[in-house]
Amino acid sequence: MKAGRLLALSMASLLAASLVQASDKVKIGFVSTLSGPNGALGAEIRDAFNLAVKLNGGKLGGLPAEVLIGDDQFKPDVGKQLFERYVKRDKVDFMTGVVFSNIMLAGLPEAVGEKTFYLSPNAAPSPIAGKECSPYFFAVSWPNDAYHEAAGQYATTKGFKSAYLIAPNYQAGKDSLAGFKRYYKGKVAAEVYTKLGQLDYSAELAEIRAAKPDVLYFFLPGGMGINFIKQFVAAGLNKDTKLVLPGFGADQDIIRSVGEEMLGINDTAHWALDLNNAANKKFVTEFEKEYKRLPTVYAAQGYDTALLIDAAVRGAKGNLDDKEAMRRHIKEAKFESVRGAFRFNTNQYPIQNYYLREVQKDAQGRLVNKIVSQTPVLANHGDAYVQDCPMK
Amino acid sequence: MTWILFLEQSLNGLQFGLMLFLLASGLTLVFGIMDMINLAHGALYMVGAFLAAWLAELTLSFLWGVLLAVPLTALFGMVLEASLLRSLYRRDHMSQVLATFALILIINEAVRMIWGSDLALSAPAALSGPVELLPGLKYPSYRLVIIGVGLALALFLYLLVTQTRMGAWVRAGASNRDMAMAMGINIQRLFTLVFGLGAAMCAVAGAMLGPLLAVQVGMGESILILAFVVIVIGGIGSIWGAFVGSLLVGFVDTFGRTLLPHLFRELFPPQVAATAGPAAASIMVYLLMAVVLFIRPQGLFARRS
Repeated sequence: MKAGRLLALSMASLLAASLVQASDKVKIGFVSTLSGPNGALGAEIRDAFNLAVKLNGGKLGGLPAEVLIGDDQFKPDVGKQLFERYVKRDKVDFMTGVVFSNIMLAGLPEAVGEKTFYLSPNAAPSPIAGKECSPYFFAVSWPNDAYHEAAGQYATTKGFKSAYLIAPNYQAGKDSLAGFKRYYKGKVAAEVYTKLGQLDYSAELAEIRAAKPDVLYFFLPGGMGINFIKQFVAAGLNKDTKLVLPGFGADQDIIRSVGEEMLGINDTAHWALDLNNAANKKFVTEFEKEYKRLPTVYAAQGYDTALLIDAAVRGAKGNLDDKEAMRRHIKEAKFESVRGAFRFNTNQYPIQNYYLREVQKDAQGRLVNKIVSQTPVLANHGDAYVQDCPMK
Repeated sequence: MTWILFLEQSLNGLQFGLMLFLLASGLTLVFGIMDMINLAHGALYMVGAFLAAWLAELTLSFLWGVLLAVPLTALFGMVLEASLLRSLYRRDHMSQVLATFALILIINEAVRMIWGSDLALSAPAALSGPVELLPGLKYPSYRLVIIGVGLALALFLYLLVTQTRMGAWVRAGASNRDMAMAMGINIQRLFTLVFGLGAAMCAVAGAMLGPLLAVQVGMGESILILAFVVIVIGGIGSIWGAFVGSLLVGFVDTFGRTLLPHLFRELFPPQVAATAGPAAASIMVYLLMAVVLFIRPQGLFARRS
């Protein structure tokens, strides 16, 4: 009996000690797609996030950083379980990491329900920008429509008379083409929806040849896009039709898989390898030194997310428990983003610039996606849903 | 639809159909002669593609990659037949389905362990561009090569089955296995040969489609479903049925994907058409199968009643 009481007492004191220690570090739950055909995307975000922590001496905001990493396997239910474990069991201070909107939406309620901030390094779906906006959700990347809106704006500025649009037949595909059309003033020759995961586009390419559009815009993530570009060039269509893509569709990972066929393709993004600012120069150099490859937009977003946590924790002077104050510190965080200056809108989605990029050969003969002009296609651009968000 | 577009789409349908035929021919023979449902047929297609990609990288030649991958895959198929599948012939179909499904999982993971989840395979640079067949009709040269290879192999199979002694055994085995055995045909050796032949056809299809699609783990499963549709349409055990069935599926899929959305856009408001068009296009092939099953349940060219 006496021994039992002693044991209980010592356990209680140990518990108390561990509670005190918890505020001595910042804990981050990182859930992303790290395996399978889409695993490279999550790996980009993770590698860049880890790089930022490493360059910071293993600390974020002056506190030692502990990053718990989980693989959602491209499955929403697995993602949700990981969210639950990190938020409820490990009591993390921030959640981040997810690539795909459908997985993020499955996990998000777990974080929001426990008042844990989710800082999105990629997925930023339109419902959360509007009616369903949340004080615990920040999009560090870009609203889901934004790349497509910028591409539409570019096609309008360039004076393309007719545009041919292709996307897979699912929600994100339809949203992307809606975004393009919002800023494209020319004629839409056709809007084609293909089966998700389709790999052979011979029939669609024959239709495009017959339609003779000025510009072809498509949203085909991952392997679908790689195949489409290869077959587009093999069919000789690149001679007559200009190809324009959203930024992630012509990034270094796609270039590595497709090769020379990518030369001359234009795309739009909020960041570029050679975007002219000091933070970006440091990021690109360090990333290449550490991982022996050039970073993609996904990496840039992961890196920025770590910098944002660093700035917010520093602003809160390490007090991680006052959620309202922390929210203010995230929103007003001052840090050198690799995309240049940006700020959060009332719905906590970014207002920022979008640039035109082009796949070119650099001095060493490598294929790289370079910025065409440091002047943005869309400047200080927010999103179309902010007025539906009740937060002020 | 202009006639040039029609011609181009016909070539696309032909190209897709011929590659399906290479898969379906082996599947229909194995099913027809051995009465064996082999779900792992798609795995042979994957193994063929991985071998071709790996050997093409070693020999620095796409042609050598394909030429070496075909006999190696045939050998792999024959070893598989002799060591494992042979014991399944006398079992019921459910056991065969379960065993060959397990085989899919095992082969998938084995390939992942050896080569990783995907390999790069590119067509030779000389075939990367289009050729002008007619004024205004440019067609990717690599797809033309695929059509040529597919037609040549279809002719080869036709001659093999109708003109040679082995073909006679195959036909005999497909129409009545017990009688063929009673007539003194070494059925075990025939099975192994047929299995090897089927595997070789899979390897050709995998290697030729590799540069167009992707050489990745799991590539065999989705195309296997269509191959089964083909043999159900064509009739089990019939090479000619597999040929006709493959071309039907190829054409219906290609034209369904492009014509149906057009039709829906004419008939319905844009909102409905954008959703219903692609959905209807994706079920066309299965609709064709349902219609054939309704009219001729044994398939168009069944060998058995």
